[in-house]
Amino acid sequence: MALQSLDIARRSATTTPAPGVRETAKVAKLIDVSTCIGCKACQVACMEWNDLRDEVGSCAGVYDNPVDLTAKSWTVMRYAEVEEKGRLEWLIRKDGCMHCADPGCLKACPAPGAIVQYANGIVDFHQENCIGCGYCVTGCPFNIPRLSKEDSKAYKCSLCSDRVAVGQAPACVKTCPTGAIQFGSKEQMKDVADKRIKDLKERGYAQAGLYDPPGVGGTHVMYVLHHADRPELYQGLPNDPSISPLVSLWKGFAKPLATLALAGVALGSLFHYVTKGPNEVSKELENELEKEDAK
Amino acid sequence: MTNHWVDLKNSDLVIVMGGNAAEAHPCGFKWVIEAKKDRKAKLIVVDPRFTRSAAVSDFYAPIRPGSDIAFLGGVINYLLAKDKIHHDYVKHYTNAAFLIDEGFRFADGFFSGYNAEKRSYAKDTWKYQLDKDGYAMVDPTLENPRCVFQLMKQHYSRYTPELVSKTTGTPQDAFLKICEMIAETAAPNKTMTICYALGWTEHTVGSQNIRTMAMIQLLLGNMGMAGGGINALRGHANVQGITDMCLYSEVLPGYLSAPTDADVDRKTYLEKRTPKALRPNQMNFPQNFPKWFTSLQKAWYGNAATEENGYGYDWLPKKDGAYDVMALFERMHQGKMNGFFCQGFNPLASVANKRKVGDALAKLKYLVIIDPLATDTSEFWKNHGELNEVDPAKIPTEVFRLPANLFAEQTGSFTNSGRVIQWHWKAADGPGESRGDIEIMAGLFLKLKAMYAKDGGKLPEPILNLTWPYRIPAKPAPEELLMEISGKALGDVFDPKDKAKVIVPAGQQVAGFAQLRDDGSTACGNWIYGGCWSQAGNLTARRDNADPTGLGQTLNWGFAWPANRRILYNRASCDLSGKPWDPQRTVLKWTGKAWGGNDIPDMRPDAAPEEGVMPFIMTPEGVARLFAPALAEGPFPEHYEPFETPLDKNPFHPGNPKATSNPAARVFKGDMDSFGTAKDFPYVATTYRLVEHFHYWTKHSKLNAITQPEQFVEIGEDLAKEKGIAAGDKVKVRSNRGFIKAVAVVTKRIKTLDVDGRKVHTVGIPIHWGFKGVTKPGFITNTLTPFVGDANSQTPEYKAFLVNIEKA
Repeated sequence: MALQSLDIARRSATTTPAPGVRETAKVAKLIDVSTCIGCKACQVACMEWNDLRDEVGSCAGVYDNPVDLTAKSWTVMRYAEVEEKGRLEWLIRKDGCMHCADPGCLKACPAPGAIVQYANGIVDFHQENCIGCGYCVTGCPFNIPRLSKEDSKAYKCSLCSDRVAVGQAPACVKTCPTGAIQFGSKEQMKDVADKRIKDLKERGYAQAGLYDPPGVGGTHVMYVLHHADRPELYQGLPNDPSISPLVSLWKGFAKPLATLALAGVALGSLFHYVTKGPNEVSKELENELEKEDAK
Repeated sequence: MTNHWVDLKNSDLVIVMGGNAAEAHPCGFKWVIEAKKDRKAKLIVVDPRFTRSAAVSDFYAPIRPGSDIAFLGGVINYLLAKDKIHHDYVKHYTNAAFLIDEGFRFADGFFSGYNAEKRSYAKDTWKYQLDKDGYAMVDPTLENPRCVFQLMKQHYSRYTPELVSKTTGTPQDAFLKICEMIAETAAPNKTMTICYALGWTEHTVGSQNIRTMAMIQLLLGNMGMAGGGINALRGHANVQGITDMCLYSEVLPGYLSAPTDADVDRKTYLEKRTPKALRPNQMNFPQNFPKWFTSLQKAWYGNAATEENGYGYDWLPKKDGAYDVMALFERMHQGKMNGFFCQGFNPLASVANKRKVGDALAKLKYLVIIDPLATDTSEFWKNHGELNEVDPAKIPTEVFRLPANLFAEQTGSFTNSGRVIQWHWKAADGPGESRGDIEIMAGLFLKLKAMYAKDGGKLPEPILNLTWPYRIPAKPAPEELLMEISGKALGDVFDPKDKAKVIVPAGQQVAGFAQLRDDGSTACGNWIYGGCWSQAGNLTARRDNADPTGLGQTLNWGFAWPANRRILYNRASCDLSGKPWDPQRTVLKWTGKAWGGNDIPDMRPDAAPEEGVMPFIMTPEGVARLFAPALAEGPFPEHYEPFETPLDKNPFHPGNPKATSNPAARVFKGDMDSFGTAKDFPYVATTYRLVEHFHYWTKHSKLNAITQPEQFVEIGEDLAKEKGIAAGDKVKVRSNRGFIKAVAVVTKRIKTLDVDGRKVHTVGIPIHWGFKGVTKPGFITNTLTPFVGDANSQTPEYKAFLVNIEKA
C-alpha cells in the first residue's frame, strides 16, 4: 500500500525503477536521551495512533514495560542503571526502528513490496505483502522487527509514515512532554543535536555526541547521547552497526547464484518436459495410494 | 505555586525536593528542561530515590525520608554563616528586624508554651514586641539579640553539616555542594526555584518542610522574582481548584477560616479574622475580610441574607472540633457517623491505614459513591481474597453508586498549580446513565429542599434559604456557577473616594474583589476568583498565548487568581526605589506614577516607593515572615523524626524522648499502639506515584495498565543481598498495620544511608494498585501507612514509616 503523497524509493525484492519526479526532503526523528524522563508517553501515543493494544503483562523486576518490543509494541523505553566512579546515571533510551538509510531488513526481504523505503527515508513494512519468513529480523542490525503470532507477519515502527505523509510529526514526537523527541528534516535535526551536544559538553559530558551510525548509511532516527563513545551503555545500542554478512551473502554474492540455480532448475524442467513429456503417475501407484488413504 | 509553570523556564537553578516533578508532572516539567536548554540552568534533585527527575539532573543527593528540615535547616545555617543572603531584601522585605517577645524560648526540643498533655502550644510568647501605638518594634541593624534575624541565626547554628549528614544520611560533601549552588542565587539577579509536592506535605512536619524552604527563598531574595518562588506542584488536575473552593471543612471558599462554636455571632467571627496593621502605612489586605465574607454569604443566601440576620450567619455550620479527613474517619471508626457521601474520592485506597478505613466504612448505615469508576471503596465490603479480606455478611453498610461523568464529559474550569483558571469544554457524552456532578448535587439538593419544605425539621433555613437562581434548577449550567463564583453587584456599588460615583451598576459582574462590599450590595462565591468572569465575559476561556514579555507571563491566557496576577509578591522583584533587581527579567517596576511592567502589581497601583508600602500585603506587617507564629509546632521549623523512625532518638534532641517526633502532632487514642518500632520493622518506607499511572484511577485504563501492569516495590542492592531477594522475586512487605505482596525491583537507585551511626535501608512503594481495574490485581499500598498527620494540615504521613520485608 503506497501512500499517494510519498514516493517509494526502494521496494523489497523488486527491480522496477523507483519514481523520481518529486523533490522529497529526507526526514529524521531526533531522540535527545539527555532530556528524556522515561515517561512512556511515546509508547502510549504509539499504541493510540496505531490502534495497538499489547497484553497487560507483568513486572519483571525493572521499570521496562512492556519488557521488549513486540508486534504490538513498536517502541519501548529501555532503562539502564550505570554507575561509574561513584556517579550514578539512569540512562533511558526509547528503542524502536532506526529507519536506516541502508536498511538491512529491506535488503533481506524476499517478498516483493513487503518492505519499502520512501523517498523521505522512512522504512515501512507493508504487511499485506509479508510472507512471514522472518528474514527482516535477521537483516536488522538493531533487532527491531517482530513477527506476530496472530498473523505471522512482521511489524515495527512506521515512523508514522501516514502522519508524515500529510505533514504531521510522528505521534511520539507530538506527545513527548519535554521535547526530547523532535522531528524535521535530517539537516535540521543535526543542527538541533549540535546545540544539545554543546550544552552537554559544557555540563561535563566530554563525549556527548550524535548517534547516526555510518555502517547503515546513517539513520533517520538519531540519538543525542551523553556518552556517544559508548552507545552500548544505553541497553546495548550497537556501537558500530552494520548489515549482517548473511544478508550481504544472500543479496550480494549468493543471490545471483541462487537466481542462477533457480533458473537452472527451471530450464532443466523445461528440457525434461520437452524431451520426456509431462510426468505421469502409473495406474498401479495411484491405486496403491488410494488404498493407503482409505485406511 | 507563587509563580507559574511557564515561569520555571526563567530560573537559574531548579531544585526538585519533596517531589518528583518529571514523574508526577511530566508536562509541566518541560519548563525545567527549557530552563536547562535556554538559560543554562542547573537542576538539583534531593530524594530518597534516584528518580526520573534525577535522571536529567545536574546533581543528585540522597536523603533519608522525613529528614528534610534537618537538610534545609542546614542550608539556612550555611547561608547565614557564610553570609550568602540578599541583605537588602532580608532587611526590608522580611520580619528579620522585628523584635520578639522576651519570653520566647527554644530549649531541649520545645518552644516556650508547650503543654505535653494537650500536645499543643500556648502561643502567648510567640509574638512581636509592640510599641505604644500597637505597631511591631524593629531593629533595622538586625543586631538586637531579640530580633528575628538573631534568633533565627541562633536557632539554626545547631544545624551543622556534620549533624545534617548524621541525621539525613546525605553525604556531607554532597550537602555542601548543594549549599554552594544554592548560595549563588543570593545575588540579586540570580534566582532559584523550588518544585515540591507531596514529598514534603505528607509528613507529620509537612507544613514546616515547606516553610523551611520558604525561609531560604526569602534569605536569598527569590520570592516575587521571575524564576523564583515556592512552587507547590499540585498532584491532581484540579486539586488547586478544590483547595481554592475549599472543599474542606476547615475553611470556606477563598481560604476564609470557617466559623467555630467559639464564634457565637457574626461580629465575634469577623473581629477575630480582621487584623489590624502591625506596621505603619501597610496595606494589611486581610482587613478586607468582612467584604469577602459578606459577599460569600450573599452568594449563598441572596435576598434572605440581610443586615438584620447577620447575612444568615446563624445558618452556617459551626465547627465543634476537627473535621479533616483523618478526624472524619476517626469519628466514623468510633461509630459516630451514619452516612457518608464520597464524591470523586477513593478513601479505602488513598487514606492511611486501609484496615482502619475499611473498619470505619463498615460502621456506616449508608455509603454513597459518586464516581465515574467502580472504585475500590465502592467494594470495600466485598471479599477479594487477601487483597481485601472482609466478610460481607458482617458488614451492614448499604452502598449506593451514582455514576458520574469524567472531567472530559463535562464543561467547566480547571485551576492548575500556577493558579491559572482555564475553562474547558465537554469533549464527549458520558456513558449510560452517568450524570454530571453538578446535576447529581442539584438533584440531591432539590429533593432535600422539598422534604424540608414539606416536613420541616431541625434548622431548615440553611437549605430552604439557599439561593438557587439557575435557569434549570435541576441542572445549573457551569457558566452560571462561574459567574456566581466571580461575583456581581446586587445593588449599585459606589466609589469609596466619591460616594456619588457608581463604579458597578446593580446586576453587573464585578471586575475584581476590590469592588466587593460588606454591606450586602455584592455577592461573590469566592473572592480570590473575583473578576474571572467580568462584564467582559468569561476570562478563563481566553486562549491568547502571545508573550511579548518573553517571560511566559501570557496575561491573556485564562485568568490567574488573584486579579490575573501571575507572580505573587511581585513588588519584591524590585528594590525599595522600585527598580527591578534584575532588569533582564522585569516583572514589575515603578514608572514614576504607578506600578507597571509585565504583571498585575501585587501592590496598590499608585503606592509610590517612598510611601514604604511593603510587598507582602497579605500580612498585617507588610513583610514576609521568617518567624511565623501561625504554625502549630513552632515559629521556626525544627527537625523532628517521623512517628515511625529507624532511630531511637532525635539526633537534635538526644536527651528528650518527648521531642523525638513532632510534639504538636495529633495522635488519636489507640493509634499510638498502631505505630511500629525499628526493632520489628527495621526499614524506612516511603510511598509515591509512578509516571505511568495516576493515583488509583488509571488502573482502570488499558493503556496505562500495559505500561506498568503489576505492583512492585523498590529496594537497593545491599538490602536485596542481605535478604536474598532478586529482581523479579515476589516479596511481602509488612508494617505494624498490615502487609502487601509485590514484585521486587532491585536497583542501584536506592542507596543504603549512614544515619546516626547505623545503616538505613529504604523501601520504595508505589501506590497505584488495588483490587479493581484492568492492571494485575494488587494490594492497596495504604494498608501499610500510619494514621497520623501534619500538625497543621493533618495530611497523613505517607512518606516516612517503618516496614519489614521478606521473600514471599
